[in-house]
Amino acid sequence: MKYNQLSIIDARELLKKNEVTSLDLTKDCLEAISTLEPKLNAFVSVFKAEAEAAAKIADKNLKSGIWTFETHPLAGIPIALKDNFATAGMKTTASSKVLDTFYPPYDSTVVRKLKEAGAIIIGKTNMDAWAHGSSTETSDYGSTKNPYDVGRLAGGSSGGSAAAVASHEVIAAIGSETAGSIRQPASWCGVVGMKPTYGRVSRYGVVAMGSSLDSPGPMTKTVADSALLLSVIAGVDTKDATTSPTPVPNYLQELKGSSISGLRIGIPKEYFLKDAQPGINELIIKASKDLESKGAKLIEISLLDPKYSIADYTIIQRAEVSSNLARYTGVRYGGGRELLGPEAKRRIMLGTYALSSGYYDAYYKKGEAVRQLLKEDFSRVFETVDIILAPTAPTTSLPIGASEDSAMFGELADVLVEASSLAGLTGINIPVGFVGALPVGMQLIGRHFAESTVLSAAHAYEQSVNWKDNH
Amino acid sequence: MDNTKNNYQLICGAEIHVELNTKSKMFCGCANDPFGADKPNIYTCPVCLGMPGALPVPNKKAIEDCILIGLALGCKIAKVSKFDRKHYFYPDLPKGYQISQYDEPLCYDGLVETSYGPVRITRVHMEEDTAKMHHAVVGGKKVSLIDFNRSSVPLVEIVTEPDIKSPEQAKEFLKKVRDIIRALGVSSCDMEKGSMRLEANISLSKDGTLPSYKVEVKNINSFRFFANSLEFEYKRQSEILEKGETPIQETRGYRDGRGTVSQRKKEGAADYRYFPDPDIPPLVIDDSWITQIKSRLPKLPDAIAKDLVTAGVIESAAKIIVNNPDYFSFITTIQTLEPSMVKIAANDLVNKKIDANTTPEDYLKTKKEKAGTKIVDESILKPIIEKLVSENQTLVGEYKAGKTGVLGFFVGGVMKVTGGKADASVVNKLLLSLL
Repeated sequence: MKYNQLSIIDARELLKKNEVTSLDLTKDCLEAISTLEPKLNAFVSVFKAEAEAAAKIADKNLKSGIWTFETHPLAGIPIALKDNFATAGMKTTASSKVLDTFYPPYDSTVVRKLKEAGAIIIGKTNMDAWAHGSSTETSDYGSTKNPYDVGRLAGGSSGGSAAAVASHEVIAAIGSETAGSIRQPASWCGVVGMKPTYGRVSRYGVVAMGSSLDSPGPMTKTVADSALLLSVIAGVDTKDATTSPTPVPNYLQELKGSSISGLRIGIPKEYFLKDAQPGINELIIKASKDLESKGAKLIEISLLDPKYSIADYTIIQRAEVSSNLARYTGVRYGGGRELLGPEAKRRIMLGTYALSSGYYDAYYKKGEAVRQLLKEDFSRVFETVDIILAPTAPTTSLPIGASEDSAMFGELADVLVEASSLAGLTGINIPVGFVGALPVGMQLIGRHFAESTVLSAAHAYEQSVNWKDNH
Repeated sequence: MDNTKNNYQLICGAEIHVELNTKSKMFCGCANDPFGADKPNIYTCPVCLGMPGALPVPNKKAIEDCILIGLALGCKIAKVSKFDRKHYFYPDLPKGYQISQYDEPLCYDGLVETSYGPVRITRVHMEEDTAKMHHAVVGGKKVSLIDFNRSSVPLVEIVTEPDIKSPEQAKEFLKKVRDIIRALGVSSCDMEKGSMRLEANISLSKDGTLPSYKVEVKNINSFRFFANSLEFEYKRQSEILEKGETPIQETRGYRDGRGTVSQRKKEGAADYRYFPDPDIPPLVIDDSWITQIKSRLPKLPDAIAKDLVTAGVIESAAKIIVNNPDYFSFITTIQTLEPSMVKIAANDLVNKKIDANTTPEDYLKTKKEKAGTKIVDESILKPIIEKLVSENQTLVGEYKAGKTGVLGFFVGGVMKVTGGKADASVVNKLLLSLL
């Protein structure tokens, strides 16, 4: 067996039993990367030498007992990071040529925590440039292909991380979601993608997209792996004023012995779009019945039509993007501002317009008011249900080139996740089956900081159903 | 300046920027010491360099200092406040925006009294300073260099209503604000180093109401230059108005010896695309926090001057003392050590009879020693006085005719002979008995 196919939990067991070394894990991942990359293009950078050196140190420390899985929960585990997380001394481009030679002098908080937990940073994954998109087609380093069909897209913006996990190029990866950028590519690539509550995971060192929305999170092969990774990266950060002091539970521990008996699951009728790709809604309904058979209670609910969130999200995110990209016209990190792609330029123009004097009230301020309504809409629903269940995306993976003629491609692909992102809620994508040869994902949305509830429900589903059997 | 000649009233509002002397910068942990740095760009990090991914975390002490300034200037304190991004492109601003406060400043609605009338404070808000540009010649080439030591240093902006009506009032107001901030100990307010910077918005009108235009004068680095720019603008604008024209709305710079010179014409307000900084949650300022900050509020110069007058110091001297930090600390120490000496020490200070190196302790000691070596022995003093009296019979006659002022001549005479060591009260007593 190739060790790159392991989950984090299984790899830890083998490491504990001395049946495998971190170097074995790392080498198998590197081998898979070198075999698959010509087809998938999931990585922008691979740190072969550094990863092998770090793996040797991990092996030494585990052997001598300096590290244990109590002190270093990710000891020796190779992990890939979306290329918008600053890695000290290692190239960080956010898939834009503007940052082609940017070697940050510092680690993002997520990277620092991963390193402190003993993880091996194996490489940086491809994404839409600046996280602008849901296809990775705006990447200046070429688009990432879907491992299930290399003629199709991995989704985005964390498409590289999703494809790398799905194809077993790595054991696990980190992505980031502004609205859909973890859940949607996870759905298209058939992996678990956990979008934490806004403020649960530090944004420090993550190249900013929509600052009031950006949420880093795990992309893994199993729900338990997401729980473990989230416990490591979550928590208040003195370097990010928007992180929450809410204590971080041991999410993995909470999965054990958790039960979904009596869990109230809301099914929002507005999220089962009439024009969704045939087969998707049916698979989601089937998954909900599976949860019902495990003791959960299904409750039909009504939420604001998700179409409203598209306009709202577009205004708020574009405004923040136009501000966040302003710095690249000053200090240059290798490439000049002329290297900003058409999507970044469109977003800068729209955002600049929305913030202009005389238009601020009509756009950004109104956008914030609508956002408040969306929050209240969810709060109302969460009085009667514990989680909300819906399809993650209205389609399966689309063919390469699908985003090129549609400036609103991303917003349409993410229509079912934008409202919960605007509300700052947590959500997870888990694969529930296939339409044709392509994976379909279900999302479970929870209250603020209810990651444990969401993970438990997802875990219960994963334990009871072999999703790969659902066609 | 003669305001009545042309019947124009000067209308001026001031904008004052003050760099706080907190240990660290506004949004990161870097040292806040741009003047003490022996090299450029040594107090920098990803945050104050505006690097990709870096995030600002506000400095609590700086916010408290800003509120303290607001309280000292009689402001109300906002219950909820926030930071906004102000966008403009300039090489000294690495993020492409300055973190400032737009519509919810920390402090608002204050008032500062001057002897020419009150000056209302519109707002006092918190922001970050920019980096510093240096225009130099390196290897024969003209270059612009940037020093980020100053980038993101805490900066407080104080904005007044257009209540300043004369250069004299401007000077008094600005000095008073500086003295207050120095008394708070939150800034050196050193205009040469730029830790206090001034801007004036100047207009004229016949009836004192705000006209449709205003001229902004920037780069003023002394109170005198501020007053000068008012004088200059008064003359320049009144000449334009006399011709029936309206002065152009513009930004001008002050050049010593040349007055103000046009820098940039404004066609409308610049569009800074302000919006709430999503990286910084809104600030909630509750009463207990304000109470805590208030407890740091020292007695301010106005109140201390009043105390000195009560202690017998004349008003003009009291004002000089409270406006001079060295004098001020000297007198405060005297007040604790020997309250009865405050009046004498105040006079000595103002009349420059105390050397700058003298400590209050040394001063008191010398005074006491001098008192101890006074000649009080009548057998020594009496012959001296008798001699003076016999030599100046004309003056004795005048004294007896009622001109008591001549006593001073005799006291002075005794002091001359004794080298100032005669005890004045003994001399007086003897003189009266002998005359």
